[in-house]
Amino acid sequence: MTDELMIGGKRFNSRFILGSGKFSLEMVRAVMENGGVEIATLAIRRANAGGEENILDHIPKDLTLLPNTSGARNAEEAVRIAMLAKELGCGDMIKIEIIRDSRYLLPDNCETIKATKILAEEGFIVMPYMMPDLSAARSMADAGASAIMPLGAPIGSNKGLLTKDFIKIMIDELDLPVIVDAGIGRPSQACEAMELGCAAVMANTAIATAGNIPMMAKAFKSAIEAGRLAFLSKPGRVLHNGGEASSPLTGFLEDSK
Amino acid sequence: MTGIMDKVLSEVSALDPLSFTAADVSRALGEDRLGIEDFASLLSPAAERFLEDMAKRAGEETRRYFGNSVSLFTPLYTSNYCDNGCLYCGFSRDNKIRRAKLSQEEIEAEMSKIAGSGLTEILILTGESRKMSDVEFIGGCVRTAARYFKNVGLEVYPLNVDEYGYLRDCGADYVTVFQETYDPARYAEIHPFGPKRVFSYRFDSQERALMGGMRGVAFGALLGLGDFRKDAFACGIHAYYLQRKYPHAEISFSLPRLRPFLNGRYSGETISERELLQVALAYRIFMPFSGQTISSRESRTFRDNIVGLSATKISAGVSVGIGGHAEEKKGDDQFDISDPRDVAEIRKALTDRGLQPVFNDYVRV
Repeated sequence: MTDELMIGGKRFNSRFILGSGKFSLEMVRAVMENGGVEIATLAIRRANAGGEENILDHIPKDLTLLPNTSGARNAEEAVRIAMLAKELGCGDMIKIEIIRDSRYLLPDNCETIKATKILAEEGFIVMPYMMPDLSAARSMADAGASAIMPLGAPIGSNKGLLTKDFIKIMIDELDLPVIVDAGIGRPSQACEAMELGCAAVMANTAIATAGNIPMMAKAFKSAIEAGRLAFLSKPGRVLHNGGEASSPLTGFLEDSK
Repeated sequence: MTGIMDKVLSEVSALDPLSFTAADVSRALGEDRLGIEDFASLLSPAAERFLEDMAKRAGEETRRYFGNSVSLFTPLYTSNYCDNGCLYCGFSRDNKIRRAKLSQEEIEAEMSKIAGSGLTEILILTGESRKMSDVEFIGGCVRTAARYFKNVGLEVYPLNVDEYGYLRDCGADYVTVFQETYDPARYAEIHPFGPKRVFSYRFDSQERALMGGMRGVAFGALLGLGDFRKDAFACGIHAYYLQRKYPHAEISFSLPRLRPFLNGRYSGETISERELLQVALAYRIFMPFSGQTISSRESRTFRDNIVGLSATKISAGVSVGIGGHAEEKKGDDQFDISDPRDVAEIRKALTDRGLQPVFNDYVRV
């Protein structure tokens, strides 16, 4: 059975999207290989074309780059950064990140919808990072987004799926891939997101702050695959409210005959 | 505009660092997000024996927000003329030193040389003399800098909103202003003359810079001028309240402490490295997302170690005289530096510790 991830007409076998911004650059390749990663995000603000320690020089050429607009505070800035990404030869995918809050780094959905529309019209494969809000996600889908990337918890918090119920609603209601971005701190949380029906998981801090970075990348790979298999195999029923009564609660219907 | 100042000064005057107990510190370190009281407890004497726990927590926060990235930059001193009489500063008006101001051609030569080292961020400094280094002069420096660097910071005398707007249009990205001390009485004593005497105008500089469109602002108290615990507390909540009012602002802290200078006779309180580290860790834990710059005033050992814990930005190839990168420096230094390492040496020191030197983390849009 083939189970490919489709984003904007591109096919991927891996459902593990890696953030590249918090590692030593020489670790990037090992993490990609151990994690079986095919897509890596890249902050254009970190690119230093022609200069020292340019992150672009360290990302394996066979990877698909997903440049992000980190640093943008409104739609206009995000659009300019996306154009810069294209000029740098980073491909046609773009992850919109618009943050007007330096304390919690929470995304601004209104500006993100505007940027999604402009960049989709410009021909980008747009993947907006957003607060999980169904109405905003629908607007992003209408504006031409190719995937929706709600946060599981604040960036870097490693707190997991704090927004689980809202992400589940989005998975149920949207016809686009829903990819959890931010907050995933452990492989078990990545597995949970996949089991829920997310199309992919993005992680960065969780791996960058691990004691053994390549091994943690491997752990995430396994967890994401396990969660995906569980989702596809349709988990069995789980009883949430104690055991099942041995005498049926509706047995009286038979008695009253 | 002084709403934040009134709030900060009122909270500082009510602060008694001795009132905190070990239990307060322990509780603060257990909090996910620290409040103002928690921050004060981390700066108190009671927190001294928790320094290791603070270092652990600060290191975790730094890794969480910045990974192992450490940004590099260098300052360029363009003039040391000054109209102020700060008792603790080598550039002070009446201090007998060699005064100089670089021409725009000399500035370009200096910047070209600095850019050749691979750095993409520069901090432009002047002495605080509007007459000798007026806003147009600073604008000229910024325009040149914007051609050579991706990120241009300013550490100059406080300006009005429209002047900050003009410098932003020239290509400046962020503004650093040190309040020096947040104790108004002490401030008046150590600034006997000059425009800097106006405490409130200096206090509101960062807010005016943000109103003028600057992307980020940096704060610092020159530790040792007053009660360093109170000054560090005031500096932290100054940034905290401003960030609440301007949530998009990029905030960072510097950690200057008094250093000897040429002809210097002023001696304030001596702040130990241990105390300086306590302040640095407290800033990191209180505002985990903020940048933190460690000065070449500090020793190489201290700098090498603090970057893994709380500092996220380190200067390299520093000359604190006027010029000194491309040509022999023309004017005397503002203070003595302790870490003269160049860019290649700092870069190696970082990579040896498993840290990632970051030359660019900014895109001007």
